[in-house]
Amino acid sequence: MPLSKTILLVIVLAPLFGAIVAGLFGRQIGRVGAHTITIAGVATSCALSFYVLYQLVWGGAPVFNQNVYEWFHIGNIGPHADISANIGFLIDRLTAMMMVVVTFVSLMVHVYTIGYMADDPGYQRFFSYIALFTFSMLMLVMSNNFLQLFFGWEAVGLVSYLLIGFWYTRPTAIFANLKAFIVNRVGDFGFLLGIGGVLFWFHSLDYAQVFANTLSPMGYSAKTIELFAGHPWHITTVICICLFIGAMGKSAQVPLHVWLPDSMEGPTPISALIHAATMVTAGIFMVARMSPLFELSDTALSFVLIIGATTALFTGLIGIVQNDIKRVVAYSTLSQLGYMTVALGVSAYAGGVYHLMTHAFFKALLFLGAGSVIIAMHHEQDMRYMGGLKKYMPITWITMWIGSLALAGAPGFAGFFSKDAIIEAVGESHRFGSGYAYFCVMIGVFVTALYSFRLLYMTFHGKERFVVETHHGHGHGAHDDHGHHQPGHLAHAPHESPWVVTVPLILLAIPSIFVGWPTIGPMLFEGWFGSSIRVAEANNVLGELASKFHGPLVMVLHGFAQPPFWIAVTGFAVATYVWLLNPGIADKAASALRPVYNLLYNKYWIDELYQTVFARGGVALGRGLWRGGDVAVIDGIAIDGSTALVSRVAATVRWLQSGYLYHYAFAMILGLIALLGGVWWVVNHAAS
Amino acid sequence: MITLAHFLTLGAILFCIAIAGIFINRKNVIVLLMAIELMLLAVNTNFVAFSRFLGDPSGQVFVFFILTVAAAESAIGLAILVVLFRNRATINVAEIDSLKG
Amino acid sequence: MTESLPLVSFYFFGAITVLAALAVITVKNPVHAALCLVLTFFSTACTWLLADAEFLAIALVLVYVGAVMVLFLFVVMMLDIDLVPLREGFVRAMPVGLVVAVVMLVEMLTLIGIRSMQIPAPTEPAAAAGLSNTAWLATALFSQFLLPFEVAALILTVAIIAAIPLTLRRRVGVKTQDPARQVMVTARERIRVVKMAAEKPAANTGAAP
Repeated sequence: MPLSKTILLVIVLAPLFGAIVAGLFGRQIGRVGAHTITIAGVATSCALSFYVLYQLVWGGAPVFNQNVYEWFHIGNIGPHADISANIGFLIDRLTAMMMVVVTFVSLMVHVYTIGYMADDPGYQRFFSYIALFTFSMLMLVMSNNFLQLFFGWEAVGLVSYLLIGFWYTRPTAIFANLKAFIVNRVGDFGFLLGIGGVLFWFHSLDYAQVFANTLSPMGYSAKTIELFAGHPWHITTVICICLFIGAMGKSAQVPLHVWLPDSMEGPTPISALIHAATMVTAGIFMVARMSPLFELSDTALSFVLIIGATTALFTGLIGIVQNDIKRVVAYSTLSQLGYMTVALGVSAYAGGVYHLMTHAFFKALLFLGAGSVIIAMHHEQDMRYMGGLKKYMPITWITMWIGSLALAGAPGFAGFFSKDAIIEAVGESHRFGSGYAYFCVMIGVFVTALYSFRLLYMTFHGKERFVVETHHGHGHGAHDDHGHHQPGHLAHAPHESPWVVTVPLILLAIPSIFVGWPTIGPMLFEGWFGSSIRVAEANNVLGELASKFHGPLVMVLHGFAQPPFWIAVTGFAVATYVWLLNPGIADKAASALRPVYNLLYNKYWIDELYQTVFARGGVALGRGLWRGGDVAVIDGIAIDGSTALVSRVAATVRWLQSGYLYHYAFAMILGLIALLGGVWWVVNHAAS
Repeated sequence: MITLAHFLTLGAILFCIAIAGIFINRKNVIVLLMAIELMLLAVNTNFVAFSRFLGDPSGQVFVFFILTVAAAESAIGLAILVVLFRNRATINVAEIDSLKG
Repeated sequence: MTESLPLVSFYFFGAITVLAALAVITVKNPVHAALCLVLTFFSTACTWLLADAEFLAIALVLVYVGAVMVLFLFVVMMLDIDLVPLREGFVRAMPVGLVVAVVMLVEMLTLIGIRSMQIPAPTEPAAAAGLSNTAWLATALFSQFLLPFEVAALILTVAIIAAIPLTLRRRVGVKTQDPARQVMVTARERIRVVKMAAEKPAANTGAAP
């Protein structure tokens, strides 16, 4: 039975409706009304998304690709017919999987927010924004054409901006949200060039038509363009690199990664929703969706591969020295995004998307868990003032362990399946850059284990590095900043968070453990994605791996013998020794390796570079143009200049109006003389 | 004997004197008006001369009319002068410049 | 000698005209200037007589000198003019004015073409027609130019009317009588009849009536 257009429209529009009601009528419906309506919308979307997935996978429904609304249609624009801009849905397995992930994580975050933002004055606004985000993300993944994709792309960027700067009175929050938006914009510039290229060379914005044109005998794919004279490039390479630049911005790949750690200025629920599970994965989703295009360009895929590998390793290294609990998880996200990108770069698109799915669960779990810790510590985020929290917050402690094990790739957990698949796929690949990538992802396993367990030990184990003050009359504060507290001094002892916080943690921990087992086979090795992802035969690394795959259990047992496992164990051992058993060593190592420590602590000074060169350069350029162009030329010459000119001319001409009668008479006399002269000349020289 | 040129020359000289008078005289509006009368006189002389030498009465008739109009014009000119003097208490042309731009 | 008498007279009267005209524009006193202008008109009238335009010559004297110049003199004498500052600026302006006038004169003379104008005067047309100059002129004026003649009269009327409101002013604080209003007065505006008893009651002391 085919998918119903109505159901799809409800999936998209229910969160939007919730967002609009909570946003515009927040004051009238109150807090309970706001969260009820948005949760109702998102829950509806979630349930229906599961239903759609069920229909597609088990109900035998065909892929749905229809336009629901035609925005405009430009006809007769040259030899290649016309352009249509439509709103439409393409629902295949890739989309359905994304829909389920997005709506489920969004629903968890919505419930979690009831507890986390309970005392915040902007409660209804927050719910409106996260529901709006859900709508935007759904529009992005369900799109069947580039224009709607771009709409969703920009919309999620906008909502991300709104949410990072949610506490808009804080200057750091405003700095962070502008940074996120502007860096995203840089990526979007490339993305738009890519879309323009697609339109120009493949003559359509519709996915189906573009993908069909890539195989066309008209040789679209063989055309070249000379961007620099004398160096022709394939248009597919150019287009794919441009599209990937967009993904670099959205999915925070090096060098456009700088916005993600700063985005931790926003409330923790959005770090979980947007910057772990959904928005940042939009770039990964997009590349996977565009696999027919990317497969045409080996160069572009090598570019993707190298960027992804660099991101995976180097951002993970930064995570080792961060003290803010959310920053560690943020850099972890960056590193894992690098892994997904690496998978895309070796043409293992299914692997990248699979890791996207598993990562969504355990990363959201880790963020929400970090949020739970932060609530308990009265918004203290520095791990140096934590420690020993396991006896106060057992549920959070256990779920964080589960998430970290999944992240580090402990065999059997969800992350193991996806990460190992990626590492093996990179090993199989012969693409340019795959050697470097293999090295990066392997070292990355060590680094991942190191920072993950460091976080756990510093937060939950060891001695308590905080002091509980026994103040009387200090009311249980709101969840806003108690800036006047000394760090490490709490008003009262930490305790486990309320059920609205812990239930989402548990609900996310379950898939973090179990989702890998049933899905690894079908999704990666049995062509679950079907026609959504196209891989050229020569690049089909997953196909190679499929031949070695004998079921998840075998994979797990086999995994104990593989290098990644042992590297991870080494990382676990080092972390245990340094941060659990012998805590003093950390500081000694840091001072011994001071230059390396500084390099990592300052994030390779990339932020400083951008600030000085681009930000200040931009401001200086603007100021220069303002002075030289606007003030000097436009104001000076055109406006003031023209008035001054008119003034001066008028002042000069004014002398003719002397007011004296004899001057006027004189003028008349001179005219008369001239006239007489003329007559004389005519009389004497004219032809008779 | 008297030729046409004599009369025309006389007329030309009178006319130029009158023009010089308009420009030179800066201090007296009355002399200005007198210079205008001189100009009209010069023109009249020309008309009379041509009338005599061409045998056409039109010339003299025209002089008749010029005389009429000149009389009317000087009457009104003087009336304006009187009002000007009442308002400005001066007939100094150099001081009448309120239309100065 | 009699053949050259007209020419000599012409030169004589012409010279006086030119000199008097020069005097008009150069003398200090405006009254003197007006009188010099009178002289100019007179000598020009003589010149016109030499051109057989007798009527116009006399008309010039009667109208121009008799009316217009008299008017000028009235005005000159009516205005209380301060003579002293009137001489300033004269010397500064003279060269330019002179140059301009000379240039103009040269132009006009070249246009006239002095040498080519040595045309002798034909027979006097009025005599040729058997009329006096006045009759000859009148014949043309009242037949061919009747309408312009009437219009000229209209112009003069307009000039009179215009001159009066231009200079008319109402003086403040002058008391005048308005006979029309005096005649229109009614008794009621001047007398008020009041009813009262013929005599007042006497006081008790019985004063003699």
